[in-house]
Amino acid sequence: MSVATTANYLNAEKGIKSWLFTLDHKRIGLMYLFAVMTSFFLGGVFALLIRLELLHPGQDFFTADTYNQLFTLHGAVMIFLFIIPAIPAALGNFVLPLMLGAKDVAFPRLNLASFYIYVVGALFALYSIVAGAVDTGWTFYTPYSTTTSTSVISMTMGAFILGFSSIFTGVNFIATIHKMRAPGMTWFKMPLMVWALYATSIIQVLATPVLGITLLLLVIERTVGIGIFDPAMGGDPVLFQHFFWFYSHPAVYIMVLPGMGIISELVATFSKKKIFGYKLIAYSSLGIALISFLVWGHHMFTSGQSEFSSMVFSFLTFFVGIPSGIKMFNWLATMYKGRITFEAPMLYTIAFMFLFAIGGFTGIMLGAISIDIHMHDTYFVVAHFHYTMMGGTVIAFLGGLHYWWPKIWGRMYNEKLARVAWAFIFVGFNVTFFTQFFLGAQGMPRRYYNYLDQYQPLHMYSTYGSWMLGVGFLIMAYYLIYSIYKGPKAPNNPWGALSMEWQTTSPPIQHNFEDQPVLEHEPYDYDTRMVVNDELIKKEDVKEKEDINV
Amino acid sequence: MEQAEKHPSYLQHHFADMAQQTDAAKLGMWVFLVTEVLLFGGLFGFYTFFRAWYPEMFMEAHKYLDVTMGTTNTFVLITSSLTMALAIRAMQLGKKKQTIAYLAGTLFFAAVFLVIKYFEYSHKFHMGMLPGKFYTFDGIQAANPHIFFSVYFTMTGLHGIHVIIGMIIITWVMIRTMRDEFSPEYYNPIELTGLYWHLVDLIWIFLFPLLYLIG
Repeated sequence: MSVATTANYLNAEKGIKSWLFTLDHKRIGLMYLFAVMTSFFLGGVFALLIRLELLHPGQDFFTADTYNQLFTLHGAVMIFLFIIPAIPAALGNFVLPLMLGAKDVAFPRLNLASFYIYVVGALFALYSIVAGAVDTGWTFYTPYSTTTSTSVISMTMGAFILGFSSIFTGVNFIATIHKMRAPGMTWFKMPLMVWALYATSIIQVLATPVLGITLLLLVIERTVGIGIFDPAMGGDPVLFQHFFWFYSHPAVYIMVLPGMGIISELVATFSKKKIFGYKLIAYSSLGIALISFLVWGHHMFTSGQSEFSSMVFSFLTFFVGIPSGIKMFNWLATMYKGRITFEAPMLYTIAFMFLFAIGGFTGIMLGAISIDIHMHDTYFVVAHFHYTMMGGTVIAFLGGLHYWWPKIWGRMYNEKLARVAWAFIFVGFNVTFFTQFFLGAQGMPRRYYNYLDQYQPLHMYSTYGSWMLGVGFLIMAYYLIYSIYKGPKAPNNPWGALSMEWQTTSPPIQHNFEDQPVLEHEPYDYDTRMVVNDELIKKEDVKEKEDINV
Repeated sequence: MEQAEKHPSYLQHHFADMAQQTDAAKLGMWVFLVTEVLLFGGLFGFYTFFRAWYPEMFMEAHKYLDVTMGTTNTFVLITSSLTMALAIRAMQLGKKKQTIAYLAGTLFFAAVFLVIKYFEYSHKFHMGMLPGKFYTFDGIQAANPHIFFSVYFTMTGLHGIHVIIGMIIITWVMIRTMRDEFSPEYYNPIELTGLYWHLVDLIWIFLFPLLYLIG
């Protein structure tokens, strides 16, 4: 039986219109996936160009101004266009209703609207690139952002509009998780990915409007000159920083929490063991969401906030380490004595644990005021950020992408090439960014296109690492795209996982399930159940058979 | 036939029954209203900072707001909230004409609000009490009076935009009522519009004392 002959969501309706006007969460998820991967490619090209300029000290390829625009675009594109929507809107859109045993998200039209709002926001951002790319850094700090001649307005309007897209996804997911769960699926029988998406949605809904109003005020400040960020007119530029980070610190948890959700799924599936500490992992997602709102001041230790505020923010920052640590230990405990197999998704899971541990620890270091005073605005911060965002979120995203790829397309990718690409990405990532910890500790400031000769060897290694990353992603693009057309047909449940999305066909039919599924076992019941050739088997039955045979 | 009874036209395919659809829609709306509260919450945050920094200036500048017009507008908006609630009640009872009349009433009061706001704005424009760098009025002695008008115009302006959006949505549900799309069994869109409209009113209830009545 070939893929083409079975009716599924990919071939049920044909033509470009059936995609552009679809209300199917799976198709919308795929359109999001295409959009965020395009953005990822764009942001990645900017990153490679940045590293290329930094290969040697002095001006090589770009002027200082162009360099400023490059790192701003790299940051803005990667943050607003790729990493925030990547897991929730692309993968989450696809898997959330499947995991809940629902036919769709609660508001399919809102879902499609959120995609088109994303597209409009992206067009604004692209327009900014054409019309004198913005050079403020992705944080748009005042007063520079109100005075520079580059196109700040279109980029901030882009981010403002993308915020609405993000809010609508959040609203949709919250309603979906509350109201669309399959019969029998109580809150504590949901897959942990769903808990993570729930916590993410809460942050999206609570934090994004504040960024929206802040960026709107920035636009009004630039156009009308209302003076609220301008000290000459009685305003305060630091106020912008407060409001910006009130969103943007929780936003890093919008980025990493769904990644942690993916890891929770993957670690149990590939260890074939009941997840350790289910409730703690679920609650720690909510804990992270809550604490994330109380730590924004740690971005401003050197911005002139009071010493007392800095102390409080530093103290609260350490608290975030606790729920993150809880997750990490629970994942490790899940692996302990599990029957671990090392398919590509599991390789990404392990990479995540290594890299996120480093990212997390250095985050605690930077949360300590005394160290941060020395390290702030150096490559140490850059390295820390990339270890959490790329080593954390992007690696988890790739793990999830490989994990659900057979479900999405009904085709398997080439496992060998996947491992090769993983090796390039894992090694390349560490070469690129571990060197930057040393650079930062030695005093190399961030956002400079030029540097002293003494930093050259480390910068060189970092650039070589970025090329390895590029090669890894090229290999991945090749085998993933190849698999869509020529890959061998995927079974319904290639990994032997127990959550609901694997109980339907690969790719799923248009309405996800033939009949309304009812929860018969919990998502991590690997102690009592196993999957052999797409068949769910109770382990006690197997034992009985063996006993009879004996 | 049985299938058709189970699945009325207004029940979307992915919901099991009307209760699930209505509950999901209401929850979604409440969550959206939370985002609105936070959007304005940011502005109230700015208001708080600037008032704490320039208390005397706020005292001086607020005297130039027209309390009579503001009070009138408050009553106008509260009345519009009443007619909105009555519209929902009328549809619950299946009285289509009454529903349309109450929705039209809500639209009328919303328009009155905007007209009064227009007169307030144009008076301020005329006097040069404009935000930020366009501020030319010289009657207020305290420092940085333009900040007050920056805050005033941003907050009431964003609120005004919400009033206009509300009017568009009310018009839309009014047209749908005329087309007989609603019944006592299905009137959720009107109810959700009502939720939104009450929030728009509620924001004004906070804006009015904080801007007009601080003296």
